[in-house]
Amino acid sequence: MRFTKQWMTEWLGQPFETETLIRQLTMAGLEVDEVGGVAFDFSGVVVAEVTEVVQHPDADKLRVCQVNDGESVYQVVCGAPNVRSGLKVPFARINAELGNDKDEKPFRIKKAKLRGVESFGMLCSAEELGLAESADGLMELASDAPVGEDFRQYLNLDDQYLELDLTPNRGDCLSIRGLAREVAVLNQLPYSDFEQAPVIHSVADTFPVQIDAADACHRYLGRIIKGINIKAESSLWMQEKLRRCGLRSIDPVVDVTNYVLLELGQPMHAFDLAELQTGIYVRYATGDESLTLLDGKVVTPESDTLLIADAEGPLALAGVMGGESSAVSQGTQDVFLECACFNPLSIAGKARKYGLHTDSSHRYERGVDPALQTLAIERATALLLDIVGGEPGPVIEVTGDEVPEKTVTLRADNVERLLGKAFSEDEIIQVLAGLGVALLDRSGDDLVFTIPSYRYDLAIEADLIEELARIYGYENMPVRRPSAPMRLQPQPEALLPLQRLRSRLVDLGYQQVITYSFVSPELQKSIQPQPTPVALQNPISSDMSVMRTSLLPGLLSTLQYNVNRQQTRVRIFENGQVFLKEDESSDEIKQPDRLAGLLYGPRTEKHWSGTIDKSDFYDLKGDVESLLDFVSVKDEVTFVAGEHPALHAGQCADVLINGQCIGQLGKLNPRLQRELDISGAVYVFELTLSPLLNTHIPSFKPISRFPESSRDLACVVDSKVQVGDMVKTLAELAGEDVTDIRVLDVFESDKLGQGKKSVALGLTWQHPSRTLGDDEINAIIDRCVKGLEESFNAELRN
Amino acid sequence: MSEVQSLTETALKDIAEAKDERALDQLRVDYLGKKGQLTGLLKSLGKLPPEERPAAGEKINQAKKEVQQAIDQQREQLIEKAFADQLAAETLDISLPGRRQSTAGLHPVTRTIDRIQRLFESAGYEVAEGPEIEDDYHNFEALNIPGHHPARAMHDTFYVQPGTVLRTHTSPVQIRVMENSKPPFRMICPGRVYRCDSDLTHTPMFHQIEGLLIDENVSFADLKGTLEDFLRAFFEADLAVRFRPSYFPFTEPSAEVDMSCVMCEGKGCRVCKKTGWIEILGCGMVHPNVLKSAGVDSDKYRGFAFGLGIERMAMLRYGVNDLRLFFENDLRFLKQFN
Repeated sequence: MRFTKQWMTEWLGQPFETETLIRQLTMAGLEVDEVGGVAFDFSGVVVAEVTEVVQHPDADKLRVCQVNDGESVYQVVCGAPNVRSGLKVPFARINAELGNDKDEKPFRIKKAKLRGVESFGMLCSAEELGLAESADGLMELASDAPVGEDFRQYLNLDDQYLELDLTPNRGDCLSIRGLAREVAVLNQLPYSDFEQAPVIHSVADTFPVQIDAADACHRYLGRIIKGINIKAESSLWMQEKLRRCGLRSIDPVVDVTNYVLLELGQPMHAFDLAELQTGIYVRYATGDESLTLLDGKVVTPESDTLLIADAEGPLALAGVMGGESSAVSQGTQDVFLECACFNPLSIAGKARKYGLHTDSSHRYERGVDPALQTLAIERATALLLDIVGGEPGPVIEVTGDEVPEKTVTLRADNVERLLGKAFSEDEIIQVLAGLGVALLDRSGDDLVFTIPSYRYDLAIEADLIEELARIYGYENMPVRRPSAPMRLQPQPEALLPLQRLRSRLVDLGYQQVITYSFVSPELQKSIQPQPTPVALQNPISSDMSVMRTSLLPGLLSTLQYNVNRQQTRVRIFENGQVFLKEDESSDEIKQPDRLAGLLYGPRTEKHWSGTIDKSDFYDLKGDVESLLDFVSVKDEVTFVAGEHPALHAGQCADVLINGQCIGQLGKLNPRLQRELDISGAVYVFELTLSPLLNTHIPSFKPISRFPESSRDLACVVDSKVQVGDMVKTLAELAGEDVTDIRVLDVFESDKLGQGKKSVALGLTWQHPSRTLGDDEINAIIDRCVKGLEESFNAELRN
Repeated sequence: MSEVQSLTETALKDIAEAKDERALDQLRVDYLGKKGQLTGLLKSLGKLPPEERPAAGEKINQAKKEVQQAIDQQREQLIEKAFADQLAAETLDISLPGRRQSTAGLHPVTRTIDRIQRLFESAGYEVAEGPEIEDDYHNFEALNIPGHHPARAMHDTFYVQPGTVLRTHTSPVQIRVMENSKPPFRMICPGRVYRCDSDLTHTPMFHQIEGLLIDENVSFADLKGTLEDFLRAFFEADLAVRFRPSYFPFTEPSAEVDMSCVMCEGKGCRVCKKTGWIEILGCGMVHPNVLKSAGVDSDKYRGFAFGLGIERMAMLRYGVNDLRLFFENDLRFLKQFN
């Protein structure tokens, strides 16, 4: 909502400091978003009359004019097509300074020679003075404009506009009238409402109106005005007020309805009476009618949409926009004025539904004062008759469901409870009275108030308490700290905080990233073809149109982005929700938290001390193991060869906790790596988060005072044998005193023969209460060797 | 007795020239051992007249002592030198960089959330989280935003299907917590939120923290105190903080909170649009309808709620000038927060 300081001054009969007004409005919840002048800064421009125009001797497009500024007559060379004798124009005299809107230095008018003819000053267009976006000729002033008067004074240009960013609850402030009411309260000024004497009708013509949707239309006022002069031009003062509030002058009828909209907050519409058949019906759409709107758009209103129709069909989207066929045009003689009050609930969301947003829908959605229509139609009629003449008919009024009068009960002690500040009942009554909220009744501690018809937002006690705080000033409200019992909060020790996992990854060199939860369906499909992702109905773009089912698409996109920016080593991780449909047909969506990481490039940054090794599967696995170290000792963590569409078939493992797969790790499938155009191997892991957070509370075991015994076993086995299986077998055979089984060495060589590998394993034992004898250890070793021979066909070396 | 003297002198000279501990040992044997030269002189004492013996013996013992001392001293020096040589030989160029894993860090959004979380946890707030795909009821209806409400237009909602949305704020988490437990409540809910909007100053996904305090004796004054404390603690500056009336369907009274611009200290700059104030968060007293829909007795309990954008806090705290940087994940950007 845009208004001007001058207009406010007219209403309240008092000037305002701009800074004060900005602060007052902003601190009262009517946020001032922008302040600006209503014209460029300029000086030395006066109203002047062109008295003579002759062709320039050497230029086709230039004319030499004599211009009278009331004191002298000057010769001015002018190129505007509309310059003519008798025209009144703004005239920038020598030494006048013309500003602009670009913070550039003002331009000073000097004596000049144009194609050999001297020119003393400049005739101005509206654009040059900052009074219009563009202009194709001189600004033409009214014939009664006083020659010689300073132009700024003539148009009262030392004015400022204020643009308010109003919250949707304050529909009552979408007019000068409403804002004046607020400003009056904030400045403790008397506010007297606008008055308009009814216009006496001079013809008896009426047009029938019928409300078929009584819930949606509270009131519909109509009036015929016959024989108007549509070609008349709106008065300059009206055009200026419209312009300063951001509206363009169109024709007198539109200008007047716009003016009433700004002034009183009442949207109105004018139909060309000749285009209306039999009568007006306010009804819901049937769903199969189409309507061409004023902006040329064709819509087929749905059955929840309120229409203004005649016997032939729809004329307008009620409260949103009129139709093209019934609009006032240059040939219009008789008009039918509509001034209605629609239920906000029946208009809300409709404009948006059809891709529209109008000054009218903006107000109706927020609520137009149901008591305003009579005043507004009389005001509009009076203004219109002044410009276009014509014969007004009587106002007809048809009503739907009445808007019930609202009352709200308030108790002073609740004010204190909610605000932390006490107000006396008298204070409360006085502040609210200023807002038009009148005391209706008092019983005991209950104060019953009547809510004025324009305050749609006031419905419960808390609303009135907010009004008290607002007018009193939030900044004047007390400041306190909440107090509560110092109860200790439970801290489950066996629940690992996510922060701990994150810091471990960070310490392992992984940078945390945050990627969008919506990804490209193609990329996701190539990484994770199943399940079908959750798709957005209104994505921002096609490459962000499905919800991620895995964190890998985001990590891989991030890798690509950084590799394209010359990063040669990337270690990243992300944690967050993924979105999985329960099954293809179901609407149920699971949203588990995951943790995923990516490893690319050398193991460490380049270092002077030696060669840099490329990261491999075991770097990745080691990092994943570091995360799994937190998992409760009671849980069994295992890795088994796995399958994943995005991963290398021979370098992919499932991570199992107690036999339950919680995620995967492995090398990116070379085919996918190629598709993504990444030149080196990529390793990734992705784990479900919750099982990782299930850790344990440490439980002490006494430290044995007796010596450890260790033995190493080296044997040759088939290359395909998984060392993990050998370790498992040893763990079963090595007795209860074994404390460590470690893989010491694995290698293949020609000496061992094709398809063979050597595996060295170190075992350590320790008994809690005695020294283990060599005999015992030897017996165990024999058992182990035998077991490896039987299960893996292992040959003991040396 | 010049023999003792000359032998001593030779011994001392040999000792001084000994290059290592082994050579010293040899000299000790040669001079002082059982068959050593000085020891040998003692044996020849018998040839002297008895009255000269004590003096001569004393002289030889004196010489032995002197030689032993010289050997000890020389050994000491040799050890010292050996250490000194070792240290010299092992001296490194300490200016060379060490061997290490590279440094990484948390995303600035996480860093900011963690910081805010710690501040509120220190006052007894708990952290709650919830689903990002949310139903219409929790995202809107329960928060007093019915279907026709103009506020819905402010939300630019992403739809998954009719009635299911990507949450437009983290407020639904509060509803879920209130539905499932009993007051009093003190919680903050950080997380991702989504709005169908993308330009210089909007990303379709961003992060919010919502805070909620519900108790029997909570007022607007408590809200003011809490948020003033929070902003000053977060920015570690004695900021001016102002509350002005605003509108959110889920709070009444509602307020918008401005703080003095951290970039120009309130003098007016590009960041604060020359006003000296920065709009930083929205808040208010929880609307009775919200309490009712969450099953909280709105006669007994009242409370406040607030919500703020994490990226905005991070931008102001760390001077980031472009919102979109947060989701490009350029490592050169991210590493600045390590």
